[in-house]
Amino acid sequence: MSIQVQALTKIYGTQKAVDGISFTAQPGKVLGFLGPNGAGKSTTMKILTCFIPQTSGQASVCGFDVVTQPLQVTQHIGYLPESNPQYLDMYVKESLMFIANIHRLHNPAKRIAEVIEQTGLGPEQHKQIGQLSKGYRQRVGLAQAIIHDPQVLILDEPTSGLDPNQLVGIRQLIRELGRTKTIILSTHIMQEVEAVCDQVIVINKGKIVADDSLTGLMGQNQNKSLEDIFIQLTNAIIG
Amino acid sequence: MVAYITIGVFLLVLGLFLWVFPESSILDYGYAALDSLFGTAPYLFMFLIPAITMRSLAEERKEGTFELLATRPLTDWQIILGKYLACLVLVLFALLPTLVYYYSVHTLGNPQGNIDTGAVIGSYIGLFLLGGAFVAIGIFASAITNNQIIAFTVAVFLSFFAFSGLGSLSSLLSFQNYALQDFGINEHYQSISRGVLDTRDLFYFLSFISIFLMMTKIILGGRKW
Repeated sequence: MSIQVQALTKIYGTQKAVDGISFTAQPGKVLGFLGPNGAGKSTTMKILTCFIPQTSGQASVCGFDVVTQPLQVTQHIGYLPESNPQYLDMYVKESLMFIANIHRLHNPAKRIAEVIEQTGLGPEQHKQIGQLSKGYRQRVGLAQAIIHDPQVLILDEPTSGLDPNQLVGIRQLIRELGRTKTIILSTHIMQEVEAVCDQVIVINKGKIVADDSLTGLMGQNQNKSLEDIFIQLTNAIIG
Repeated sequence: MVAYITIGVFLLVLGLFLWVFPESSILDYGYAALDSLFGTAPYLFMFLIPAITMRSLAEERKEGTFELLATRPLTDWQIILGKYLACLVLVLFALLPTLVYYYSVHTLGNPQGNIDTGAVIGSYIGLFLLGGAFVAIGIFASAITNNQIIAFTVAVFLSFFAFSGLGSLSSLLSFQNYALQDFGINEHYQSISRGVLDTRDLFYFLSFISIFLMMTKIILGGRKW
């Protein structure tokens, strides 16, 4: 298991953002993390990437605990945050070199050329990040996430802001990466889940309401679209 | 960009004080010494160093790029020391061109070369340590807020208070027994400026810097934002 989460809870003040969730993720599979806004998806991802500490429970990545071994965890994780923060006055290659140097890569120039090719940044690679459109900035974020060839990828809404052509390319890239790596991605686009995910976790108000393979989830709810299943699961109390 | 302008303004103002304004001009003073340089520089540092440091952590937090750093295999200490050393190098670059003034005074002296070189070296070391202390204050101020203006204002106040505020307080009648001035930067700065590098002064500056960097670490480690 490359990601193991056990009874994870995060409390902000009086609000329970994540409420005792447990799940695992394996290599070679893309795990879709679904749920309404504010359900606790991003919080879980921030805990897994050692950005914020949990209130209780355990989480480990590649066997390393996120609280006690953060350096090992962050070495094995590639993370694309939801807001995709970037140093806007850096040039594309400069920012990739910066990240490559943090990871002490041996041949950074070669690896940078590879990820630029993989993410389709080629035509924009000589620009400043501040000059790029949202879709290309998103690719820079993705390139930074994969540059050190991590075993685990955590992508928080990786396809937001992309046009339909870019969507296809990036989804294909995620699928390819997902053959060997463990990927957790969050999204609000149900077609995307159908296109790239093997396993689906639906989270609502900090609790897991469904954890199944994509085919299993579809099988249980025959004749229903994934959208209907999502609404049924996360709106249960009102409906 | 901010750094170039700050260094430029520092050199311009210092040049005006040293060579143009009559009250502090070396030429009017008539002695071959750099006293007015080392008397003026701390007050310029008090405003200019916070201008250099105010962005360092406050902007990272505001723009969210701190998440980019914190989720990489870096310790908080690496991030803090990286910021600290980057700002300290800028301070060093601001000081380097003023060596020209030493050469000027050295040449203008009568007889030529009539300047207390030992005291100048001591004063430069003192000024650099003082800059190091102000940078530590500035980094700390930048960590407690995500607003650059607040970071600047807090850093200016703390720098002023640490430099001369404590000394002034110690002259209050009710504080006279507590030797408050020993905690102020000015006392130790003056001591080093005399050209005697006392380990107690060195220890004072190093502990001062460590304390502020440790407080920065505590604030960053909390991630309460």
